[in-house]
Amino acid sequence: MLRLDVNFFDYLILGIYFALVVAIGVMARRAIATSEDFLLSGRSLPAWVTGLAFISANLGAIEILGMAANGAQYGMSTLHFYWVGAVPAMVFLGIVMMPFYYGSKVRSVPEFLLRRFNPATHLFNAVSFAVAAVLTAGVNLYALALVINALIGWPIWLSIVISAVFVLVYITLGGLSGAIYNEVLQFFVIVAGLVPLVVIGLHDVGGYSGLKEKVTHTALGPNSFSTWGGTNVGHWTNPLGDWIGIVMGLGFVLSFGYWTTNFAEVQRALSAKDLSAAQRTPLIGSFPKIFIPALTIIPGLIALVLIPKLGQTKDLTYNDAIPLLMNRFLPNGTLGVALAGLLAAFMAGMAANVSSFNTVFTYDIWQTYVVKGRRDRYYLKVGRVITVVGIVIGIFTAFIASGYSNIMNYIQLLFSYFNAPLFATFIIAMFWKRTTPWAGLAGLVAGTLGAGVMHFAGYHIAYFYPGGAFDPAHTTINAQMLNFYGAIVAFVADVVVTVAVTLVTKPKPESELRGLVWGIKNPDAPDPAKAPKPAWWASPKILGATSLGIVVVLSVIFA
Amino acid sequence: MSDKTNPPNGETKSAAARLFDIRVLIGALFTLYGIMLVVAGFFTSDAQRKKASDININLWLGIGMLVLGLLFLLWWRVNPLKLAAPDEDDDTEPSHD
Repeated sequence: MLRLDVNFFDYLILGIYFALVVAIGVMARRAIATSEDFLLSGRSLPAWVTGLAFISANLGAIEILGMAANGAQYGMSTLHFYWVGAVPAMVFLGIVMMPFYYGSKVRSVPEFLLRRFNPATHLFNAVSFAVAAVLTAGVNLYALALVINALIGWPIWLSIVISAVFVLVYITLGGLSGAIYNEVLQFFVIVAGLVPLVVIGLHDVGGYSGLKEKVTHTALGPNSFSTWGGTNVGHWTNPLGDWIGIVMGLGFVLSFGYWTTNFAEVQRALSAKDLSAAQRTPLIGSFPKIFIPALTIIPGLIALVLIPKLGQTKDLTYNDAIPLLMNRFLPNGTLGVALAGLLAAFMAGMAANVSSFNTVFTYDIWQTYVVKGRRDRYYLKVGRVITVVGIVIGIFTAFIASGYSNIMNYIQLLFSYFNAPLFATFIIAMFWKRTTPWAGLAGLVAGTLGAGVMHFAGYHIAYFYPGGAFDPAHTTINAQMLNFYGAIVAFVADVVVTVAVTLVTKPKPESELRGLVWGIKNPDAPDPAKAPKPAWWASPKILGATSLGIVVVLSVIFA
Repeated sequence: MSDKTNPPNGETKSAAARLFDIRVLIGALFTLYGIMLVVAGFFTSDAQRKKASDININLWLGIGMLVLGLLFLLWWRVNPLKLAAPDEDDDTEPSHD
């Protein structure tokens, strides 16, 4: 088992970091007087803060270890998760969708569905999101405990409890501001921790050209550095399947769905101080996102070259790529910084889920359906209590995950069915004012079922197996590709059913749709001409176009 | 400090304007880490240096973090935080000295 050579100096660096994490929570507490202060940072934060938090909220265990693992397993095609998936979705969120979210003053993504559709649609989305968020928090907690256990040797249960206590302290005290400020700090520490790994690693394998040449001689082969090679429809050989699955499934459906409707992300933008800052949140976040693959995929490939048998045995899984490199390269000191970054990232992954869970529970479930019409102070208290409850559920989830890791995989799979159709429903809701309240619920349910059915049916379709060679044991199936196609089916099912139900049911009067649908202005919204304008270079359109431009250029270079 | 959190209508007012500036903490932490790593860089043993492919990574990372930390502190000094206070004066006025 891998055990890092941590000394006093590393522990000192870790200790300073964790003290600061708690200090941020304590110091953010004085800025909390209302439930909106606690759950939405009082809508007061500048765009660069929310923009970095937007990225960090996603930069948890699954992202860092998982994308390095994907890099080692699939090669450069993993870039599609960033340049086809995440970045265009962030630009779309900032420029097209944020005016509806922020302009309508909703406090959460489910609340948008309540105002646009009806309580049934709202409850379906609020409950599935709340349950998914709190379980995901538990999975992140478990991943964190695994790393602490592997790297510094504390027992799993102790790691779970201690990490949970840190998160508990800083978000119960500091609320969303505590979470967001820690995410911003964590962003810089994780970058500081991963850059040395990339620099030393590349130096060791003979630079980028050396890496390319050496990876070509591994099992991944010459296609490992080609992102679009082998993506022909009909006879794909790319590890992520054909281009329809990549562009439509991964890009248009899954990534747009995640980045534009997942409240853990959108919440960061809603906490910004004005509409312009809210729009710039995902746009500013998209710039670091373009370059994060250098810190995840490259270490994955370096590990593939330097560590024999990576991914071949039970003790050396692809997920270990980054910890293995840390162990091999980093001297004490730098090791402490990298460890602090890694642990901080995993805590942030948990905190982001808990801080979005408590908001949806307080506003969308408790205040909307259970105890209505009380004073704000009451809901602030509810928010605090439910934060503690969420963390306790997270701890239990982590303990269950430590006993039955397969159960967690199934639960994650189940929630992916709920996520797949969301983008279809939102995009129709925002651009077709005729869409009726019941069409919202019917579309979401149909899409969820579609994703589930496709997932099971896909195992019997030879096309999803490499070379079209059906494997009765289902072991060689391209699970990523099937996942992408499942998303496409969910999207189509959602659109078809939403349109069909709309045509036979009664739409909402326009007066109830103000500010929620394209073309129906909200007369109460603050006049955009009066809002302070950012500098010309920071206008949302320029930022979005620049971000997309960089991605196009890089995509051509790395094609 | 709680004088203006309870206006007469009974509803609590946002205290978001009292939020501190994260740039101070990022700047302070990176400056401190930077100094610690630079110092450690001068005492890193040959074995540890060899481990890092013959790069004195403690020194270089230390310099990098120190520079970033000082830049954050500079940014904070030059352009202090103005959080959007809903109305009336807030207590985050930058101190002019």
